[in-house]
Amino acid sequence: MSIILILIPLIAAFAIMAGLGRAKSVATLAAAANLLLGLGVVFCWKAAIWDISFEVLSKPSIHLALGFYDGMSLVMVILSVLVLFTAVMSGSCPEGRERLWYSSILLIGAGGLGAFLSTDLFFFYAFHELALIPTFLMIGILGSGERKEAAWKITIYLALGSIILLAGLVWLVSASGSETWLFKDLLASSISAGAQSGIAALLIVGFGILISLFPFHSWAAPAYASAPAPVAMLHAGVLKKFGLYGLIRLYPMVSTGMQDWLGWLIVLLLCNILWVGFVTINQKRLDMMLGNSSVMHMGYIFLAFAALIEAGSFEANPLAKPAAVVLMFAHGIGIALLFMLTDTIRRKTGTVELAELGGLAKAAPRLAFLFGLAGMASIGLPGLANFSGEVLVFLSGFENYKGEALGCVQVATVLALWGVVISAVYMLRAYRQTFQGPAVDHTDSGHVNDFGPYCQIPACILAIALLVVGIFPNSLLQFMEEPETAPTEIEQASN
Amino acid sequence: MPSYLLEIIVLVGGLVLLLLEAFTSPKKKSVIALGAIAILCIALVSLFFAEKGFGDENVELTRFYAFDPLARFFKLFTIVATILALLLAINHRKILSKFTANPGSEDGTGEYYCLFLFACAGMMWMASAKDLVSLFVSLELTTITSYILVGYMRRNVGSLEAGVKFLILGALSTGFLVYGIAWIYGATGTTDLAGIGARITEENSTYLLFGLALILVSLAFKIGAVPMHLWIPDVYQGAPTPTTAFLSIASKASGFAIAIRVVEPFLNSGTDLAVKTTFILAILAGATILFGNLAAIPQKNFKRLLAYSSIANAGFILLPLAAWQIGTDELTSKQVIAFYLAIYLIMTFAAFFILAVIHRNTGSDEISAFEGLGKRHPLLAFMTAITIGALAGLPLTAGFWGKFLAFKSAVDAELWVPVSLGFIGVAAGFYYYFQIIRAMYWRSSLNESSFEIEPIALRTIVVLTALIAVLGFWPQPVYWLLRNIA
Repeated sequence: MSIILILIPLIAAFAIMAGLGRAKSVATLAAAANLLLGLGVVFCWKAAIWDISFEVLSKPSIHLALGFYDGMSLVMVILSVLVLFTAVMSGSCPEGRERLWYSSILLIGAGGLGAFLSTDLFFFYAFHELALIPTFLMIGILGSGERKEAAWKITIYLALGSIILLAGLVWLVSASGSETWLFKDLLASSISAGAQSGIAALLIVGFGILISLFPFHSWAAPAYASAPAPVAMLHAGVLKKFGLYGLIRLYPMVSTGMQDWLGWLIVLLLCNILWVGFVTINQKRLDMMLGNSSVMHMGYIFLAFAALIEAGSFEANPLAKPAAVVLMFAHGIGIALLFMLTDTIRRKTGTVELAELGGLAKAAPRLAFLFGLAGMASIGLPGLANFSGEVLVFLSGFENYKGEALGCVQVATVLALWGVVISAVYMLRAYRQTFQGPAVDHTDSGHVNDFGPYCQIPACILAIALLVVGIFPNSLLQFMEEPETAPTEIEQASN
Repeated sequence: MPSYLLEIIVLVGGLVLLLLEAFTSPKKKSVIALGAIAILCIALVSLFFAEKGFGDENVELTRFYAFDPLARFFKLFTIVATILALLLAINHRKILSKFTANPGSEDGTGEYYCLFLFACAGMMWMASAKDLVSLFVSLELTTITSYILVGYMRRNVGSLEAGVKFLILGALSTGFLVYGIAWIYGATGTTDLAGIGARITEENSTYLLFGLALILVSLAFKIGAVPMHLWIPDVYQGAPTPTTAFLSIASKASGFAIAIRVVEPFLNSGTDLAVKTTFILAILAGATILFGNLAAIPQKNFKRLLAYSSIANAGFILLPLAAWQIGTDELTSKQVIAFYLAIYLIMTFAAFFILAVIHRNTGSDEISAFEGLGKRHPLLAFMTAITIGALAGLPLTAGFWGKFLAFKSAVDAELWVPVSLGFIGVAAGFYYYFQIIRAMYWRSSLNESSFEIEPIALRTIVVLTALIAVLGFWPQPVYWLLRNIA
């Protein structure tokens, strides 16, 4: 039954392409239906009714298998439907391009949902690719600024990443000797230690390019800066999580091989947090700053993954996976909200250069409030979702610390803590330059309007999600309880 | 019904059409093409009722002609490819007659359609050839017909140049083939391919290897692989588009059909010779992939790009041949090759039909002719995007499955070097194929007028792209076609 979640946006996208109905109404209706369905699923996601499996090819045995493999899938699906709905609602479609605009957004959403719902490795990979194509096209056709260069860069980078990833996946399945590509069969099989190391390297590089791991991150900021707002929201918010989701999902198969690369991974993720963090401080444009900050925050999630690698299994570090998942969710919601608000600022003032902005808080207090909230979330202020995630990540870094000399993961955790300071510097500075100080005239009337009600709805939905998960992280963590893990442990950690 | 009747239907049908051609109106020569399609449809239906080759009563002919699932698949493939090439030819007849007849007349185009039938008969026979002699004869029937098809536009310098190049290199490769056959016959005393495998000894293995290498060179000409790939870009660019499509698909496929038959006894022999053959094939595969994909990058002409892409695809199809897996639970190498070719047929024909439409509307084959297509004809642009995505091997298009299975068989056989070259090739492929998508959507054209597409071309493109999309999600139907191939 979970295929409905994919079919709704997919069918709506084709209907829009074919010119049936008003594009915006069809898209909003489909995304709203999907949102309700996705949130409704929360109450019954373990039911067998959601699983479907259809063999699309018998040799090698590949299934169109969909369902909620575990709580991580569910959390990602909730993230996807939330961001998809808000992406459809927000943003301003250029005159006359409604069909392309809305059908692309829905296709990206459908691809993301498909990837997280797939319980077959092949379709997990394929749905993500399906989502990337409209992403490239939208940036190239309807982007702003240096759109063609940015689009070409992201296309080449991500295509290369996908190829490397595919090589790793084919090798993984081939080495496992599994008869099917279903996750359950793959995870039940084992791979020899020699092959594991090579596969792990391909997975880290392949997924790493897709996640914008240092030094493969330079596509991200220009692409997000040029992309139409809904595309930036969906890619930074949802699609980028595909790589982390994949690494965590496949981790048990290559747990030994990953340890060979732990040192490298830690160096790279610290570069993500600190190097890219400093780069972010130096940005002169709001959209470039957000793009870089999104690259930077991937470092934290990799830190949770590094803690997992060090521990050797999910059981040995029960915090790592929930930490990564909560932070993925929090970052997805937060960055989507920030991109949406930045686009609003761009439309209202005609610029996103920090130097040309100022004093918007007087003219647009609601916009300023929401931006402040999202900015605080991004820094990691307690009470907002990112805080729960980041605290869990830092705790997972020290989960297996026995009071002796610090291991490399612990050192990395201590260094990564400075990332919070860096975030505070660039986020507060951006807020000050945009919303405080003397007002700058941008419009002919000299007055910038505040949010209209139609724009408020999606922004408020995302802000509420940030608050709910921040105040009550168990709303997500309850899905992450593995049968073996004592629930109290996680609760204590999060409080 | 014995299967040799199929070739007879096509061949006799072609001869009859050639006679009728003299009595058709000079303005409506395309009726000959419709007749040819009708004959091929009869052959296609009959194929499903064909059950055996020559019976036991014809012992002498039995040794030349096999009718196994592999032959059945390739006959089906050839017939479908020829029908599509003829549809393309009907669509292309204005340009064809421009260079063959006086204005307002199609007088010179009638024979063109008949030639496809003769080539098709030759290819159908190639699919069944199991003896070096029948292999040679059927190959020559196809090749000689192809020379005429390539140089058919006699008032077009490009076509004539292509014809001459094709003729010279084709004759050279025929020389290689005959010389190779002579060596193999001399070493084993038989031309029967099944018998050769049994007669491999340590003493004659050097001579056999030499003979096989010569034959592989000539087969490389047929399938468009390194080291006989240099004719492809020029000939593809110069030849009439239907011929190019036919060469690129049907001719390549039948080349692979006989390549399978020729290397099979060597690879199955379990001797040292099998290892060496694998080695040669792996080198050919790697070199072909690398050359085809890297040389495609700087291309500015779409027809030429398709030529290099055709070389690249030959390399990808050589991967499973080099991996040579039989008797496993997975798909055998023959099945993978058949799988790849079936999908290759769909997506390459779609690309050639699109090329023909673009050429008719803009008068150019350049990639720049695609500029602004996203606005000028959104449906055609969308279908082009699907086709290009499939050629690049994007997941959830049919094109992905061919490459995926080819890579998988090579990974299973642990051919690491060709596999890594293959991944480089696919990555390069994304780059050069996406230039077309970039031109269609990201660039704007000076000319904003709408496109005219003939209904026949539009319908064919719609059907082919729909197939690409459906098979992308659900490739099992292709598997049904080839599940009996051992």
